[in-house]
Amino acid sequence: MSIALAVKQLTKTYSNGKKALEGVDLTVPEGSFFALLGPNGAGKSTLINILADTVKPSAGEVSFLGHDLFTERKWCKQRLGVVPQEIAFDPFFNPRDILKIMSGMFGVKPDMKWIDELLERLELAEHAQKNARMLSGGMRRRLLVAQALVHKPKVVILDEPTAGVDVELRKRLWGFMRELNANGTTILLTTHYLEEAEELCDHVAIINQGKLLTSQSMKGLLDNVGSSSLVLEYAEPKTISDDIKNKLADFCPRTQENKVILSLKKCDGHTNFNDAYQAALACWGEAISVNIQDEDLEDVFLRITHENQS
Amino acid sequence: MNWYGCWTLYSRETRRFLNVKMQTVVAPALTAVMYLIVFRYAMGERSVPNLDVPYFNFLIPGLVMMSMMQNAFANTSSSIMVGKLMNMQIFLMMAPLTAFEVTLAFLAAAVTRAFIVAVVLLLVLVPFTDMHIEHLWMILFYGVCGSIIMGGMGMIGGMWSKTFDDMALLNNFIIMPLTFLSGVFYSVKQLPETWQAANHFNPFFYLIDGFRHGFLNVGDTDPSQAVAIVSIATLTTIFACWQLWRTGWKLKD
Repeated sequence: MSIALAVKQLTKTYSNGKKALEGVDLTVPEGSFFALLGPNGAGKSTLINILADTVKPSAGEVSFLGHDLFTERKWCKQRLGVVPQEIAFDPFFNPRDILKIMSGMFGVKPDMKWIDELLERLELAEHAQKNARMLSGGMRRRLLVAQALVHKPKVVILDEPTAGVDVELRKRLWGFMRELNANGTTILLTTHYLEEAEELCDHVAIINQGKLLTSQSMKGLLDNVGSSSLVLEYAEPKTISDDIKNKLADFCPRTQENKVILSLKKCDGHTNFNDAYQAALACWGEAISVNIQDEDLEDVFLRITHENQS
Repeated sequence: MNWYGCWTLYSRETRRFLNVKMQTVVAPALTAVMYLIVFRYAMGERSVPNLDVPYFNFLIPGLVMMSMMQNAFANTSSSIMVGKLMNMQIFLMMAPLTAFEVTLAFLAAAVTRAFIVAVVLLLVLVPFTDMHIEHLWMILFYGVCGSIIMGGMGMIGGMWSKTFDDMALLNNFIIMPLTFLSGVFYSVKQLPETWQAANHFNPFFYLIDGFRHGFLNVGDTDPSQAVAIVSIATLTTIFACWQLWRTGWKLKD
């Protein structure tokens, strides 16, 4: 298996003293569709910005398609496309010109066929001649995606590309990304829509507070770490006091509308269902209904980041 | 060398000001014409003391050079400033362009804008005088160097400024005084001796005087000394821009 991206002991402390990354190791296989997850402020964007060369690392190494990212920047940049999290656009030009300029800056003579295809696929074709200032937020974000793809990079990094993009469009955008991935492009994405990550990605890494918590295949994560949870439904919403939180720390209690959710763990082939159920009864009394649910990525994500914090 | 990338950035920076030529080319021309009308009637047929040239002829090259320098500064500083505020700078940083290529493209675009403004101004102003070109090399040398120095200062100013307020501070308290006090409107020989001496520390003074020399064949400075000072200032500016961009000064945390 060849490696698209190998990050070793990457550390970043900002000039204001904030530690964003504390020795992150991460390996992204070539051709993978890789999800990088983590709560807000976990360090995802810092990591991506270091790869994109908009933030300087404090320490660490990155190998990109076998080349050293920091000493062979130019070679690496020609093969990397990044969709930044924050919307940015050139207010002087229209989308078609912006794509031509972006392509040119990468040293690639604009391939108009590809630019037209990008505009078409990202549903910007009818706005191609409008000044970028006239575009809506969602259109500007799609333009960012087009800009990242215009030089046909081998590796594409998307930092929350679907924030503010409606459901239908999001689906079509992911369809396009899937096609690119099927044609050999490595895709690394961060998103807050965990169900999207679960559906799209074959690999997943979770970082929190500047540290890597886990990195493995999506299936592996869901099989090994993903167990099940106990869902108790009550007549009215319940609150989880700090006291209960501490008492039930093993189950990572959380609420969702009228439901209380407790994570179950497998131990010697059995789950700790009984302990969890008894504890819930003691805290909140009888429930209207009780269900056992297999964990999805969201539960796993919440549990892993929660365990790490406490 | 990513020549195509460098060329693209240069053409982006050029198209940016051509897209708004009313404010970047026509407005400076109009301002200069108004200066000339005002001074033409205020000064009449008077000559500049010690230089023996009509004041009107004396003024034109100075005004042209001043416009060139201000426009070169505006081109780079506004581009970097807008880029920072709109978060657009990231595209430049993500592109496989070296700091040298970026510096080259920005400064070349600044020189282009300065020369377009100069040509427009001269076309508008020259019909009113009997002035002609005496030393073309001087006009080109000081024109190019002045635009590079000011374009470079614009780049550095753009990187340094966090807000438009910072930029206005730089423009109004450093750039404007240095240009106004550099002998555009007077010959330094008209000044008291201390000020004459002080002017020799103002780099803009050599640029304006040298440029004017190219048209009038008279000047306040020793030409070989001026060429040396301006060359050193130009190379220093290019080097500073290149190094500051390379280290991501004020751009990358």
